[in-house]
Amino acid sequence: MGEKNVKINLKKQSQAKEIWHRFLKNKTAVLGLVIFAVIMLVVIFADLIVSYDTALAQNILERLQGPSGAHIFGTDNFGRDIAARIIHGSRNSLLVGIGAVAIGITLGGLLGAIAGYYGGWLDTIIGRVLDTVMSIPLMLLVLTLVTALGNSLVNVLLAMMIANIPHYMRIVRAAILSVVGQDYIEAAKACGTPSYKIICKHVIPNAIGPIIVQATMAVGTMILNAAGISFIGMGIQPPTPEWGAMLNEGKQFMTMYPHIVIFPGVAIGLTALALNLMGDGLRDALDPKLKD
Amino acid sequence: MENSKKVLEVKNLSAVYNTEAGVVKAVNDISFTIHEKETLGLVGETGAGKTTTALSIMQLLPEKTGEIKKGSSIMYNGDELIGKSQAEMRLIRGACISMIFQDPMTALNPLMTVGEQIYESLDIHNVNNKSKQELEARVDELLELVGIPAKRKINYPHEFSGGMKQRIVIAIALACEPLLLIADEPTTALDVTIQAQVLNLMRELKEKLSTSMIMITHDLGVVAQTCDKVAVMYAGEIVEYGRIEDIFDREKPHHPYTIGLFDAIPSLVGESTRLKPIDGLMPDPANLPTGCHFNPRCKQCTEGCKKDGEMYIYRDGEHMIRCNLMKGEGK
Amino acid sequence: MLKYIGRRILVLIPTLLAVVFIVLFIMNLTPGDPGTLILGEQASREEIEAKNEELGFNDPFPVRYVNYVVDLCQGDLGNSWKTGRPVMGELLSRLPVTATLAIGSILIGSIVGILFGILSAVKQYSFLDFAGTTIAMALASFPGFWIGMMLILFFSLYLRWLPSFGAGDLKHFILPWITAACPLMASQLRMTRTSMLEVIRADYIRTARAKGQKESKVIIQHALRNALLPVITIMGINFGASLGGTVTIETVFTLPGVGSLIIEAIRMKDVPLVTGATVMLATFFALIMLVVDVMYAYIDPRIKSRYTRK
Repeated sequence: MGEKNVKINLKKQSQAKEIWHRFLKNKTAVLGLVIFAVIMLVVIFADLIVSYDTALAQNILERLQGPSGAHIFGTDNFGRDIAARIIHGSRNSLLVGIGAVAIGITLGGLLGAIAGYYGGWLDTIIGRVLDTVMSIPLMLLVLTLVTALGNSLVNVLLAMMIANIPHYMRIVRAAILSVVGQDYIEAAKACGTPSYKIICKHVIPNAIGPIIVQATMAVGTMILNAAGISFIGMGIQPPTPEWGAMLNEGKQFMTMYPHIVIFPGVAIGLTALALNLMGDGLRDALDPKLKD
Repeated sequence: MENSKKVLEVKNLSAVYNTEAGVVKAVNDISFTIHEKETLGLVGETGAGKTTTALSIMQLLPEKTGEIKKGSSIMYNGDELIGKSQAEMRLIRGACISMIFQDPMTALNPLMTVGEQIYESLDIHNVNNKSKQELEARVDELLELVGIPAKRKINYPHEFSGGMKQRIVIAIALACEPLLLIADEPTTALDVTIQAQVLNLMRELKEKLSTSMIMITHDLGVVAQTCDKVAVMYAGEIVEYGRIEDIFDREKPHHPYTIGLFDAIPSLVGESTRLKPIDGLMPDPANLPTGCHFNPRCKQCTEGCKKDGEMYIYRDGEHMIRCNLMKGEGK
Repeated sequence: MLKYIGRRILVLIPTLLAVVFIVLFIMNLTPGDPGTLILGEQASREEIEAKNEELGFNDPFPVRYVNYVVDLCQGDLGNSWKTGRPVMGELLSRLPVTATLAIGSILIGSIVGILFGILSAVKQYSFLDFAGTTIAMALASFPGFWIGMMLILFFSLYLRWLPSFGAGDLKHFILPWITAACPLMASQLRMTRTSMLEVIRADYIRTARAKGQKESKVIIQHALRNALLPVITIMGINFGASLGGTVTIETVFTLPGVGSLIIEAIRMKDVPLVTGATVMLATFFALIMLVVDVMYAYIDPRIKSRYTRK
């Protein structure tokens, strides 16, 4: 009866360790982690790798050159080094992605936690309002918000955060609800444990896993959305290096000079892929029964 | 009884699960025989290997992890089941050997009417090419047989209570009048009052259809009501095996685990004393103790019990006990 | 059942009113005014002011909201500030392109995604499973519009098989369909696989096998139907989203769809057009989700009885 053989984890420490071990066993997840770590290093040390000025410096004489020793990813229509622009663009893309998810999940999570834990009319009202927001197509909502707030990096971040709060709330609410229904919460309530203690000691530790998984993948989605916004020429404006904006600028030259659109796209894809692989691996590590 | 036909003969059955945590030895070298119309009780705690034994007979162990070890033999009606292809097994499952699962709440497909689910079973094994009307009539008959009005066959599982669902599961299992019925804790998930009803129904139908049965349970009360023979399982082994008269006779020698099981049930006669639970937990099947698997929990454990080697096997007719302490009792 | 559908449509009304409120409110925060937009920068201040007054732009926000709702109830979405033509007509003229794109991509994405999702689940850990999930993961990670660009480079410029832009005959839609189908395919595959894996472990699947049922029938008759609910939900959400969310793909392939119309409108601050488009898309989305819920009832008798009981 192998499947019924339940292992009891007495210490939380050992559980975190066990999850980590399971994560490390998953080759694709580790690959994702490694790619993401490299990207984060690039983000942090961008200025040491290549100066920001290089990313902006125009050189008409060297415009639209293919990859070479001097410019490994070639140059764009203003003769700017594409590699340098990708390296510095990573900061903007990841800032928007991580920022929007971090703030959004905190705010949405708070609402979701309240709705999920207390339930009743509060849950109904919050749910109704957010259902309404969700019935507006996401991209449309983000774009109108960006227009209202003005084109800038911070505003793109804000717009995506606001537009996504309902999604985050749903995720957190579902995670909380799956925990709140459990017998051990009832048991804690029956023992007269105060609500805040139940939330901090039982609900959050048990619900946090799926939330982290979803958040990891949401960062990837945010990066894709941010790229989409700048691709249609809204949000982050040139000459600020940003991956989506680079694709937008390069679009008209791509038929003759494909390299101009290939590399920024690969950068976006690799980042999102790394995050998705990590999220997937994390989910399997948290919930091993899904595996066999 | 000895001369009647052997329906099932299990010899040296061993089954393992290959999991990430290691090889789980769920069933270790067990043997038993069931004759026509006989009921064998498989008794033991959760994790003793009862369900694995049942799934091995059905050849329904989880494909990726479950494995029946070489040297095992399962003879059904003189026919070896091990090594049969899935296609051959399909002809046996449902028609010759049927199984009732533990939880009736989840054993029925929620999206099909109960009628369709019984019909399916008949349709799969429709060797006589009966018409649709004949099969439908048989569905009605089966429902009435288990005490459910035939007109309810158009209802879905969620419209029935737990006890009624288990009756439907029984109807599905008996649809093709199998020679052997494996009931895996059929009453555990039910209310006590419903338990008795379902057990009575099973006993009646078994008599009517002359079916042999394996009754898997952890409830000695159920064994006393239904079984002819008992196999007590512990950590994947049969530690004691015998006719019900042997097992329930306190005067006869018993395995310390069997004695523990009896001490752990409240007695209705005599003064009420404190129950004596068996100390400790079932060992991890991925990491069994050396020697007798019961030794860490056995009060009469000796140094010899902790060492690997041949276990002493006591035999008295069909009564078998796997315990070194029986050395003095043997014949 | 009809009662349930009726009630759902009634609930839709307050939702749409709230949607209109949110969009008008956000647009209200956006700088710019219709007078300047219509008459141009050269027009005199007085003319611009007069135009703004005429369009009710100077009314307080609540008044404008009520006016819009009153018009909406009469089926009037107002006139575009930029072209002066009715918003309804503008939207309807762009809808066929977007609908063709959305329907085609949802069909391709769902068929391929669900098929490979089932195979991946049934043959878990096989090479097929590994390849399927890996490709799905990659498709979900790369931006759709970029995949579209790569398809253009390969099929239009290198192989010269297919046109790269415009919306003539259906041939023009092949690349956009594939492009838009990629992320849908990925999400359908993953959802189908997860859902199937969960269902395959269910007790009633074991019951079906214990009956002696053929594996193919166990999968199709028992498992698939039970696994379908979340898959249909994703399909509905994807369809709703692709009616409004294919903006970037329309940009890549220069398709004159609703998406590109909305982008222009947002840039121009053409409030009636943006609001009208949003109301239309939100209505579509709600109706699609209603269809999904009705389909639920046909698949799952438990849900049906819940609908009819209330």
